[in-house]
Amino acid sequence: MLYATLTIPVVAAIILSVLGHKSYGGSLNVILSFASLGTAVVMAIEVLKYGAITSPHDLFYIDAFNVYLIVLTTFVGFTTSLFSKPYMAHEQELGKLPKGRLRLYHGSFQGFMFTMLLALSTNNLGVLWVSMEGATLSSVLLVSLYRTKGSIEAAWKYFILCGVGIAQALFGTILLYFSARSVTGMGEDALLWTHLLEHTSELNPVAVSLAFAFLMVGYGTKAGLVPLHNWLPDAHSEGPTPMSAVLSGLLLNVALYALVRVKMITDGALVESFQPHLTSYLMMGFGLLSFMVAGLFLHRQKDIKRLFSYSSIEHMGLMTFAFGLGGPLATFGALLHMTVHSLTKSAIFVTVGHASQIAGTQRLANIRGLIETQPAVGWGLIIGTAAIAGFPPFGVFTSEFLLLSATIKTYPWLTVPLLTGLVIAFAGLFRSIQPVVFGTAPEGQKPIHINTWPVILHFGLVLWLGLSIPDFLARWFDQATLLITGSQLL
Amino acid sequence: MFFAHLPVHEQITLAFAAMALMLSFGMLIHPRVVTVVKMFALQGLFVSIVTALAATIDNAPHLYFSALLTLILKVILIPYMLFRMIKKFDMYFVQDDVLHPVLTILGAGALVIFCYDRTLPIAVSAASLTGHLIAICMSIVLIGMIMLISRKTAISQVAGFMTIENGLFFAAVSITDGMPMIVEFGVAFDVLVASVIFGVFFLHIKESIESLNIGSMADLSEKDS
Repeated sequence: MLYATLTIPVVAAIILSVLGHKSYGGSLNVILSFASLGTAVVMAIEVLKYGAITSPHDLFYIDAFNVYLIVLTTFVGFTTSLFSKPYMAHEQELGKLPKGRLRLYHGSFQGFMFTMLLALSTNNLGVLWVSMEGATLSSVLLVSLYRTKGSIEAAWKYFILCGVGIAQALFGTILLYFSARSVTGMGEDALLWTHLLEHTSELNPVAVSLAFAFLMVGYGTKAGLVPLHNWLPDAHSEGPTPMSAVLSGLLLNVALYALVRVKMITDGALVESFQPHLTSYLMMGFGLLSFMVAGLFLHRQKDIKRLFSYSSIEHMGLMTFAFGLGGPLATFGALLHMTVHSLTKSAIFVTVGHASQIAGTQRLANIRGLIETQPAVGWGLIIGTAAIAGFPPFGVFTSEFLLLSATIKTYPWLTVPLLTGLVIAFAGLFRSIQPVVFGTAPEGQKPIHINTWPVILHFGLVLWLGLSIPDFLARWFDQATLLITGSQLL
Repeated sequence: MFFAHLPVHEQITLAFAAMALMLSFGMLIHPRVVTVVKMFALQGLFVSIVTALAATIDNAPHLYFSALLTLILKVILIPYMLFRMIKKFDMYFVQDDVLHPVLTILGAGALVIFCYDRTLPIAVSAASLTGHLIAICMSIVLIGMIMLISRKTAISQVAGFMTIENGLFFAAVSITDGMPMIVEFGVAFDVLVASVIFGVFFLHIKESIESLNIGSMADLSEKDS
């Protein structure tokens, strides 16, 4: 099933780069995305029943931690493809892009999905790096899809910043490989994560801590951590909206996933060294910094997609902080937060895409009275904003609550910046979104043809996760928590 | 440790590493775009030679392949593409001045010292050359980053980007005798795709802002408007 999950996007990318511009291209994209979702779910059930799977030659390794991210990735990929079909058709009617370019769009979309799934499922840290770089390469031409001046600037910035950032991660990987090679009996397997985890105590702590610093910068750039976040708002705001949904909802998660995997190895190697908490402090520091800075930047945004990109940076900061904090409670909260943030943020980008098509602009000042023009979009946006700002009863509230309780237990004084940051971010979102939804609509603003199902589905799930986490999911998160921290929560 | 006391192949490796680092300094401040690309090609050649040498000494045939791959990609294909772009956009005599060359080069020098300082504990515990090589490769990577910050034309930025790749590749070959084959393949493939995308970008940038001067693309930064 793993191979099927990985092959479908590759085949889809090839088919769609040939047929993507046909009138049925969008539907084909939906069907193929649904197929990968199906195989991912079957694989998840297998893992849940029989435990972790390793492929022959140990190239792939699926455990509780990555299998749920794989399901999440294929799920959001599927709902985004549902949304993208009418959206791209509308963009084409507006004359924003020629027909042939849909081939590039659909092909890159599936290619991007493939690189993310490969990054999640591989056991080899080198292949992980290659697929992270591949994710940049396959999405960079999507950012510049409209070929406007702004989109080319955004794509160039994205390419250079992420390329350079990810190069640091390769240097980190090489250093890790170097220190693993000196351990006896690690020849060619020295980059396999499972093998590294078995031998952590034998690794050279200095080399590993240096490697982690480089990996942190590299994957941190990709996760949008301050101060290397500048590419993120640009890439999100200038590319087509389905792209923003998958970049924000999925790619950032994958980068954070990579970081957590290397953290587990580094922690093992540093346990008895001069600075056993190095990784925790680094991740907590950068996480908190990103969280605060992004919260403040929310207040000065004039573009609706940039606004929500900064909100993504803020949430990535929060998750990085939570993983840095460690301990079962914080880790459980972080895993839950990854899920609910992905679901909520991709649904928000979908609604934002509709909103900007209704108003014909992305400028916050010119989008007004959505609830009057098209109630579905207006309600979607206000519910989404409430959910992402952490209102009960949505899932984001639950995970933020878990995280705050964990913080009070371990570092009580850190709750002050956390709570302040949450309030700042909340104010920043609502002061912009309230007039957008409730203001008076300009004359002649007409509703558009949309597909509301993805949004309803996502918000329904987030609401469900906020009210009661289903038993199998809770056990699943618990298994992942056990993997990462070594102790269970439930 | 005296240089002359090392075995010959280690002397050669170290000498080429040092020259690659010198070229990084050159690329950092040289005002002419064409020369920067030439220096980049030369650096690629050095990396390729060291790789071939490592293949002979360690009897690791897959490294010959890596050496060949580097030779094709970094010495022939990418510089060729950059030269073609220079010709196409008539940039032979274009100056890409660095704002404060002396300060930049002093900063880069300080960076090298910093890298040596950080890697000192590894050097003590590992084989004689490894510490030096890690420090030199780390310097090449970080100087490549300064180059990306200080340079303004798209072509020198690509050269900077690829220098970072050179530094990484050098590290992989000289410190660890090469990564596993599948990773090497993946990295080479990524570099290849990246260079194709760079080529596509040049055309787009040229179309949208009528020059390859990245400095004039600054609409999206966070500023008061």
